[in-house]
Amino acid sequence: MTKSKDLLLKIRDLEIEGRSDETWMPIINGASFDLHKGEVLGLIGESGAGKSTIGLAAMGFTRDGVRISGGSVEFDGINLVTASAAQKRALLGKRIAYVAQSAAASFNPAHKIIDQHTEAPVQHGVQGRKDSESDAIELYRRLRLPNPEEIGFRYPHQVSGGQLQRAMTAMAMSCRPDLIIFDEPTTALDVTTQIEVLAAIRDIVEQFDTAAIYITHDLAVVAQMADRIKVLLKGDEVEEADTATMLSAPKEDYTKSLWAVRSFERPKKAAPAADAVPIVRVKNIDAAYGTVPVLFDVSFDIHAGRTVAVVGESGSGKSTAARCITGLLPPTKGVIEFEGVEMPLDYRKRTKDQLRQAQMIYQMADTALNPRKTIGEIIGRPVEFYGGLKGQKKRARVEELLHEIEMEPSQYIDRLPSELSGGQKQRIGIARALAAEPRFIICDEVTSALDQLVAEGILRLLAKLQDELGLSYMFITHDLATVRAIADEVVVMKDGRVVEQGPKAEMFMPPHHAYTDLLLSSVPEMDPDWLTNLLDARGVDNIGDAAVDKM
Amino acid sequence: MTTWQFLLLALVAIAALGWVFRAVGQSVTGNAPFYRDMPYGVAFGYVLAVAAILGSVWLYLQEGAVFFRWAVQGLIGFSVAAYLFRLLGQSVGPEAMRKLFRQMPLTASFGILVIIIYAILSIFAGPISPLFIAGLGIAAVVLVEISRRSSTTEGHQVVVMIALLTMALFIIMFFVGPLAPHGQEEVFPRANIVPGGDVALGGDPEFPLGTDQIGRDILSRLIYGAQNTVGIAFATTCLAFFLGGTFGFLAATLGGWLDQILSRSVDVLMAIPALIFALLLMTIASVWAPRLGIPLTFFMVIIIAVIDSTRVFRLARAVGTQIVVMDYIEAAKLRGEGLPYLIFREILPNATAPLLAEFGLRFCFVFLTIASLSFLGLGIQPPLADWGTMVKDLSQFINFAQFAPNIAAAPLLAAGAIALLTVAVNFVVDWMLHRTSGLKE
Amino acid sequence: MKSVGGIILQRLALGLLTLFVVSIVIFVAVNLLPGDFAEAILGQGATPEAVASIRRDLGLDQSPITRYFQWLGGAVTGDLGNSFAQANFASFAGTETGSGLGSVATQIAPRFANTMFLAMVTAAIAVPISLILGVLAALYRNSAFDRATNIFTLSSISSPEFFLAYILILFLAVLNPILPSLSNIFDGMSFSERLERTVLPALTLTLIVMAHMMRMTRAAIINLLASPYIEMARLKGIGPMRVIVRHALPNALAPIINVVALNLAYLITGVVVVEVVFVYPGIGQLFVDSVKIRDIPVVQACCLIFAAAYILLNLTADILSILSNPRLRHPK
Repeated sequence: MTKSKDLLLKIRDLEIEGRSDETWMPIINGASFDLHKGEVLGLIGESGAGKSTIGLAAMGFTRDGVRISGGSVEFDGINLVTASAAQKRALLGKRIAYVAQSAAASFNPAHKIIDQHTEAPVQHGVQGRKDSESDAIELYRRLRLPNPEEIGFRYPHQVSGGQLQRAMTAMAMSCRPDLIIFDEPTTALDVTTQIEVLAAIRDIVEQFDTAAIYITHDLAVVAQMADRIKVLLKGDEVEEADTATMLSAPKEDYTKSLWAVRSFERPKKAAPAADAVPIVRVKNIDAAYGTVPVLFDVSFDIHAGRTVAVVGESGSGKSTAARCITGLLPPTKGVIEFEGVEMPLDYRKRTKDQLRQAQMIYQMADTALNPRKTIGEIIGRPVEFYGGLKGQKKRARVEELLHEIEMEPSQYIDRLPSELSGGQKQRIGIARALAAEPRFIICDEVTSALDQLVAEGILRLLAKLQDELGLSYMFITHDLATVRAIADEVVVMKDGRVVEQGPKAEMFMPPHHAYTDLLLSSVPEMDPDWLTNLLDARGVDNIGDAAVDKM
Repeated sequence: MTTWQFLLLALVAIAALGWVFRAVGQSVTGNAPFYRDMPYGVAFGYVLAVAAILGSVWLYLQEGAVFFRWAVQGLIGFSVAAYLFRLLGQSVGPEAMRKLFRQMPLTASFGILVIIIYAILSIFAGPISPLFIAGLGIAAVVLVEISRRSSTTEGHQVVVMIALLTMALFIIMFFVGPLAPHGQEEVFPRANIVPGGDVALGGDPEFPLGTDQIGRDILSRLIYGAQNTVGIAFATTCLAFFLGGTFGFLAATLGGWLDQILSRSVDVLMAIPALIFALLLMTIASVWAPRLGIPLTFFMVIIIAVIDSTRVFRLARAVGTQIVVMDYIEAAKLRGEGLPYLIFREILPNATAPLLAEFGLRFCFVFLTIASLSFLGLGIQPPLADWGTMVKDLSQFINFAQFAPNIAAAPLLAAGAIALLTVAVNFVVDWMLHRTSGLKE
Repeated sequence: MKSVGGIILQRLALGLLTLFVVSIVIFVAVNLLPGDFAEAILGQGATPEAVASIRRDLGLDQSPITRYFQWLGGAVTGDLGNSFAQANFASFAGTETGSGLGSVATQIAPRFANTMFLAMVTAAIAVPISLILGVLAALYRNSAFDRATNIFTLSSISSPEFFLAYILILFLAVLNPILPSLSNIFDGMSFSERLERTVLPALTLTLIVMAHMMRMTRAAIINLLASPYIEMARLKGIGPMRVIVRHALPNALAPIINVVALNLAYLITGVVVVEVVFVYPGIGQLFVDSVKIRDIPVVQACCLIFAAAYILLNLTADILSILSNPRLRHPK
């Protein structure tokens, strides 16, 4: 793509403040960039980096409690910071459009999709209602939505998430804007759905030569979409370069560390002895929520000192399997063995020692830690409950555990969870599980709510603890990069069934079960040409929901 | 009809002025964003507000506007008191409390001030026995000891300070004597003394607020009213919370058939309007009370507590179920913890904020229900002094407002005493709710 | 997924069931009275003959279950039984009871009409004003206007009904005699005269209900304005008026209908005290009077009517909000 095209958006020294506790705190400390016609800029950064705020400010818009305190945003020669409300309204929707993260929440539930689509063209006087409607159908067709003639006449809640996201992209296109802001458009979607939306967005942006700002935290995604990438950290610019340079030769340490995240991988372990008794054996279990069956004939083993990753998309039954093992949801059929001994299926019937053996770490550290208890109390309770330690001995043990999770005891022991960062909270969750001195820990999506760097720290910690204490993990995740990093064995689940299982090395090597293959191929890679190559190799009809439906 | 014409004319003038105001603003400031993006409605609002303030000032200066003047003076007086109180809170006490006062709006500090005044009035209305003070002292020592062991050093300091202040207050008030100048049942020979204490107008300095139809001191009855009305309402609310809270949390934690039975019964009880149901049950109680020799007021407490506990049940159950689905509860269950630990150590500490706010709202509701019942003659029974009954007994004096504002003020004072407390509690609760919801954002 | 019709039928059935259970509760509560109604009303000096005669007249010699179904059957057909006060009077006067004069229905009917009139006048004033003010407060939230209305509504919610009533009487009837302070209404009054006498009680009720309604409207609208689809509409360059009318209003309908119905239901409680203050001849005053003289059949009947109105309004709110929810109107 040539860089000599006209300048479309010029942002200089943009400073933004947000209101918190009666004072204005800086959110963005001076961001500057240019965007030319037809160019796609990727904004990446971890949560709290201010990417969405910049994206909205590029439209001259700030949310409640946020204000632009300095700098300029010039769109095609108009300074949006000082422009009047009417001036800005004339641009928004017509020349600058927005695609939000959650399409389900951003479509008005009271109106049909196509009525919302035609609103901007009709209100801005770009097109009449009839023309706009037929244009919408044409756009739906180009975005490969099923039943393009008819889908627009449904209400938003009648359409699936991936399709809504594409319908929203079509809506953004309705006035053929010069600039579209994509604010994490695929974050809420499953991998197989994400790839479909990515392909559709890239396609249409190229076809109409639209400029775009693509906001995401996922490096691999931005590599597919952007011509240039800008990295942000806590409201500061880190660096900016074109995609190829940025991927191959990042300059700043922070960027390098971001790139390096994906390289973490544990050494391969020897296969367990054929006659070894597994720590946990799940044998032919069925389970149901009420009368709705959710698990069908699920079996797998977890051996001492090893990690079994259970992989699948949302609704595949992987968390349900964990609930069966812990006894929260007693299976309707089948057996759960612990070191060769059959366990009561209901947790209420298990002995204290059986409960102690299996611990759990949760996805959302926020809801996993009682917000009204100090760290010392949270970790101290299982120490006291199982170990019977009290007073000074208990405190000493808690301090020891805090050391193990690499947190300074004197600094954290009297704090409340709300005073800690997400990664620190997750570490406390790990310490609470360790405090019971278990043999086996279930990790339920423990890294999916965390930023990549922090998540990597957690994975390394878990690996270290496994080596030191000989723990076994059942690692539930939807992220295949995590699987690659930490798993010894992999179990792939779909619709409540195990579709494939085996050692990690075999799983990442063909031949696969068709679904495993689809999952693996849908995970974006850092290679900027990955999406292009994939589409060439598989064809547009063999990705995403379309491919799943064929199975 | 001239009044209407005048009002219409004023409205048109304000509408025109609003337009002028915006136009002038735009040209004088050189189209500053504030005036440029101002909708006409907002400009109209500004002018309307100015007109309202000017109108109030004009009314205040009128000769006959006695009540309006009193109202404005009262408002300003309370605002200043609230401001000074907040200033006091900001400069004394531990840091946590100072910070609280710094963030407090004036309405909340007004609310807290009023609640403190009412508490003092109701506790010290009558004479206090030395035995009571001794018991209180022992309780304070026990509390301080408990806090030394279980809470942080800062929390302990706060407990010690509160204990010391309370003890000091009680000992001082013991020597000062009861706040009410006369007994609540004491009947004086002169009935219908005019309030104001001006002998020339038929007043008496010994009875600053006058006496009622049968010669009881109105000031003393007002002060005792605080004790009776507030005390009974407080006890009723506590009982309602005990009932509703216990069953609500049990329903939330245990679920299943217990939850179903309790929830459905509460649904039915809540389908009958509270005041109506209370009146029905009070009718029945009024027949039972003399037969059993139990005062009707006791029945009233039970009836209102039961009716109100249904509302508490709903909230406690809702809050409880919200907390029960949290992962930390699941973790505690999987650890093998028993029900008491789950309820008292895991759920309750997280439910205090919404429950405390609800306590304030419930108290207001109970207080108003009792006042309404008493006003209708079916609540707190004589000879206990009570504000609702006082309003009913004194209400006809309002008709003298034109000639003798002092006389008309007596029933309004009793009604105002009720309103002031509920307004105060509501202000505090509103602030609390705002604070907790603000923290979530 | 059930159809809307199915859900509504279900709610209606549930409402009826609730009403049925409530009628049992009321009946049982009344039967908790010690001894006998007849003794209770005639007092200690009653002759055994008088007691027996009243017992027979009122059907008190039958079993409670028979009496319940007789009462319920009567209530459904509009026959609410005979008033004790009238029966009492009749038996002393030696005349035949059970004539039209003593029936509860004839006592309640005109007063019920009066109360409905009062409620409608109140609703006509309160609903539009509070909706408009509520929306304004939500649009200009945290402004001086919002804070002032917040303080004003909080104060008026917190004040007992009789306090507001006496303040209004003081300013509008005594100091400035614009309106009558007593609302004695009788048959044959002209509509305007009737309206004039209803204004003060209606204003009192308005103050109470309006505060609730405004606050709830404000909360509902603020909640709505924070939703992503409103932000989306703004980012499409839609004007503020259209954002409100086209994007916020259709979704605000359900909460607003809910607010209105809930507050009309709340009126029912407020009406009792206000009618007593203004001596307004409505059902609330009848209720309080009957409670004082322990006229059980009237108390029972009034209670049932209040509860029925309350349940009906809540049911209406429920059904209307189902109807205005697009997710339910257009199932998958």
